[in-house]
Amino acid sequence: MALLKEHYVPLGLGTKIKTNMPVHPFLEKMNQTPHAKQLGIQLVSAEKNTVTLKLPFNDAIIGDPISRVIHGGAITTLIDTASGASVFQAQDNLRALATLDLRVDYSRPAATGEDVYAVAECYQMTHSIAFSRVTVFTTDSKKPIATALATFMRSNKAFPVG
Amino acid sequence: MNLVEKINAIKENQDDAALVELIPYANFIGVQTKLVNGNIISSLPFKQSNVGNPAIPALHGGAIAGFMENAALFHLLWQIELVTIPKIIDFSIDYLLPGRSECSYSQCEIIRLGRRIALCNIKTWQDNDQQPIALARAHFLLSENDPVK
Repeated sequence: MALLKEHYVPLGLGTKIKTNMPVHPFLEKMNQTPHAKQLGIQLVSAEKNTVTLKLPFNDAIIGDPISRVIHGGAITTLIDTASGASVFQAQDNLRALATLDLRVDYSRPAATGEDVYAVAECYQMTHSIAFSRVTVFTTDSKKPIATALATFMRSNKAFPVG
Repeated sequence: MNLVEKINAIKENQDDAALVELIPYANFIGVQTKLVNGNIISSLPFKQSNVGNPAIPALHGGAIAGFMENAALFHLLWQIELVTIPKIIDFSIDYLLPGRSECSYSQCEIIRLGRRIALCNIKTWQDNDQQPIALARAHFLLSENDPVK
C-alpha cells in the first residue's frame, strides 16, 4: 500500500484533512461514535479504498503500568474503526456493516507517549462481504506495531448514526 | 509496592475487585472483576461511552474486544504466578451478536500454558451464557526468552 509522507503527519484540531479524493461525509461521522470520540480517534486522510486514523496517546488507555504502553484493546478499537471506515470509503454509501471477525497480530509494543496511526485498506468487496487489512504504526509505517485483517457483512440498510 | 507485591497482596486479600486498578485501560472502559468459584469473571456494565452505533444502541466492537483482552489478562494474573503483565501476541475475535445496552460478562479459559506462552479462549455473553455475543482466542507472552549465549 503506497503511503504518502503527509498521511502520517500529525494534524492538530481544526487542520484541514489532506486527501486526494473527496472524503465521504460519513467518514467524519464514523469517528464521532461515542466510543471513538471518547478515545479521541481522528480521521487523518482518505483515498479510494484506504483511510488513515489516529489514536492520540493518553494515560487513561495504558495497558501495562510498568512499561506504560497502550493497551491492545484500544489498538483493537482503532483497527475496528479504521477497517470499517475503509469499507465505507470503498463502497461510497451508507450501507451498514457488521464485523464478522477481526484478527490482530501485535508485532511490537508502541513506545509510550507516541500517537498511534492505523492505515486500513478495503481490498476486496463482494455483494454481501467486505475484507479489509490494516497496518498500525507510530512514527514509521515501515515498522508496524500491529497488522490486522477484518471481515464484514454488508447490510442493505443505511448505518443509522444519530 | 512493586507490581508483583501488588498482585500478591490482591491475591492474599482475595481482593478481586482491585485487579482492575492495575490496568488503566480496564478502568477507562469500566471493567469490573469478581471471583466466582476460584475463577475471575469480568463484567462490563453498559456505558454510553462504549457505544459504537448509537441508533441501536450497540457496543463498539473494539470495546468488546478490549473487554475480552482484559478478561484474559485478569484471569492469567489471578491463576498464574507472574512478574509482569502478560504481553498480547495475537488476538482473534468472532462477533456473533450485537452487544446490546446491558451488562456483558467474560470468562477466560487457558487452553495451553507453557513456560513462556499462554493460549486463551475467551467467551462473552449478556443475559444468556448459552448465547455468547463474541468468542475470541489470544496468545500471550508471559516472560521473555533468555538471551542467546
